Amino acid sequence: MQNIHSQPEALAALKTRLEALDRAGGRRAGAGVRAGSDDAFAPLATGVLHDLYAAAPADAVAVNAFGLGLALRAAGGRPIVWGLHEMMAQEAGRPHGPGLHEMGLSPRDLLLVRTRDVQTLLAVGEEALRSPAVGAVLLSAWGEAKAFSLTASRRLTLAAETGGAPLFLARAGALPCPSAAETRWSVASCASEPLEGGAPGRPSFSATLLRRRGGGATGTWIMEWDREQRTFRPPAPLSGGLVPLAAQRPTAASGTAGRRAA
Amino acid sequence: MAAVDPAAAQAGLTPGLALADARARTPALRVVAHRPDLDDALLGRVLEDFGRFTPMIAQDPPHGLMLDVTGCAHLFGGETGLMRTVQARAERAGLKIRCALAGTPQVARALARFGPGGRFEPGQDRAAARRLPVAALELSDKEDEALRCLGLKRLGDLDDRPRAPLAARFGADFPTRLARVLGDEDMRITPHRPAAPVIVDRVFFEPISAPEDVERVLSDLLVETMDRLDQTGLGGRVFKAAFYRVDGETRRVVVRTGRPTRDAPATLRLFRERMAVLAAPLDPGFGFDQMRMSVPWTQVLAPTQQGLERETPGEEAFSRLIDRLTARLGPEAVLRFEPFASHIPERAARLVPAAARHGDETWPDLDPDDPPLRPLQMFDPPQPVETLAEVPDGYPLKFRWRRVLHEVTRAEGPERISGEWWRAPGQRTRDYYRVEDRDGRRFWLFRQGLYGETPEPRWFIHGLFA
Repeated sequence: MQNIHSQPEALAALKTRLEALDRAGGRRAGAGVRAGSDDAFAPLATGVLHDLYAAAPADAVAVNAFGLGLALRAAGGRPIVWGLHEMMAQEAGRPHGPGLHEMGLSPRDLLLVRTRDVQTLLAVGEEALRSPAVGAVLLSAWGEAKAFSLTASRRLTLAAETGGAPLFLARAGALPCPSAAETRWSVASCASEPLEGGAPGRPSFSATLLRRRGGGATGTWIMEWDREQRTFRPPAPLSGGLVPLAAQRPTAASGTAGRRAA
Repeated sequence: MAAVDPAAAQAGLTPGLALADARARTPALRVVAHRPDLDDALLGRVLEDFGRFTPMIAQDPPHGLMLDVTGCAHLFGGETGLMRTVQARAERAGLKIRCALAGTPQVARALARFGPGGRFEPGQDRAAARRLPVAALELSDKEDEALRCLGLKRLGDLDDRPRAPLAARFGADFPTRLARVLGDEDMRITPHRPAAPVIVDRVFFEPISAPEDVERVLSDLLVETMDRLDQTGLGGRVFKAAFYRVDGETRRVVVRTGRPTRDAPATLRLFRERMAVLAAPLDPGFGFDQMRMSVPWTQVLAPTQQGLERETPGEEAFSRLIDRLTARLGPEAVLRFEPFASHIPERAARLVPAAARHGDETWPDLDPDDPPLRPLQMFDPPQPVETLAEVPDGYPLKFRWRRVLHEVTRAEGPERISGEWWRAPGQRTRDYYRVEDRDGRRFWLFRQGLYGETPEPRWFIHGLFA
């Protein structure tokens, strides 16, 4: 057998491959809500799978909206694919174009794929994740299903790694179960900061981080969707109130820490 | 009796004879009820199957088919070979046929129906048509009789005469009819299926049935199709594969693309996905003996530099994803939103198949201070709720939906939306309220009708806010 050192090309090729493996591994380790950081409002890692569960069946629309918000933030202007289980549409209503638009999402950049069963839904997710054009994928499913296995979530994770886009798997009417997800959240609707005249305010969520890969702090955050900035933020009285928005920001940041500690 | 077979014809029976008379003449008669619908269905199947010989094929009633074989005969060993193949195929299906091949469809029809049939070289067919009886003109019985009384028995007799007196006697269209049957005037057939701009065929010496063989041929066909498209600077939007089975069944598989393409491997992938989800799987039976790829819809596609950009992220890759998903799930499952000019909430947006190209539609501008005023998810139809209101005109304090009681803590409204009276009169006015319950969930409720109206107004839930 020949010594590998006598084949410089082969050695170089091997080194390149090892480096590539290292890079992939490095990204995975640093993924998720950054380990050690308590900033739950930072964008979630891309190229991985995030599980979102509705805290109660009635929170289905909240978990979908939370997923859409995360997807919108991760997509960075690229198209979003929303795979929708037919059962979810029956239970929580069909997606409404103007409603999506009012979430701050351009309906033009959204591809809605309706599937009858979970098996197809997961296949759609995999196909969409492998496409380099997709910015983020959201899959919404209703109820428990055998198809949500550990194997399925590993396949999805692999597909997400290939394409580089994140996958948000929103489920309602189901209990959290083990998966290869980077983070796992439980999402509920939350009373909004009222507007003038006691009118209901912006979309508000109570999001609990149940688990993150590689450990790290978990907790519950109250989040409000900011349509203009396309981001989640701690709830704050809206502009038009007494305090201008700019002056509000430092207070809001310290408010987060307080609420988290509570 | 509607029709007789050759044996019965030899026994002296003719169509139009009463059944009792026929029984009296030939007691051993076997009678089958006449079912014109089944005849038509059979003819339809034969038409599909004979599509293998040429794409230009049409029904020629009664009980006839017309094939325009211009430029097709060489595939089947020349015109004689083609006729022999057609005969053999029909006989295998249990049909008795008479073929004629001539310069124009009308001459061929007349020669097949009123003459001996067979192949007629260019130049011969006029002479052959002149020997046909005048019945070949297919006039009414009265006119036939009149011609015979005049001693004009053959088309040649008519052809030798000046046309003007004939037109005066038998009507203005008589000379035209004569000219057509004699082949002086050529009337093209209207094919059953419009011929596609690009058609590529494979006829097999031995029928094939193994899925991998079928796929290899499909791949070959696609490569050749794309080459042809490339030469003309076109790209295909619809690709249709036809599989002709030995026993006469024909299956067609169609894939569509969101933009014109000449990419054979990508199109093959679409076919693979389409064929994987067919409701009735592609059954080769005893094998396919011919396959055809046609491109009914083409669009201009500028030539692209191959190989320089291997990865093409962006719009093109996205459109490929849409194609793949559409091929697998069908166009009704892969959708995009499109705004629609209506103030009725459920009509304000439509879902359209994403594969159809979308225009640059615009959505209304939003006030940055407003929260979402339309729900993210909507029930269609709206679901009824029971309510308890403080004042008849106000928002409900409590409402029961899906057997759960919700206590309203915050509300905004009403937003009054009237029906579209120009579409359907009698639609009732709706007063919409955005409400939030004690658990922090937001709903979109409306009251249909106004207080004091009959029938009583009713409450519905129309959607859910995030």
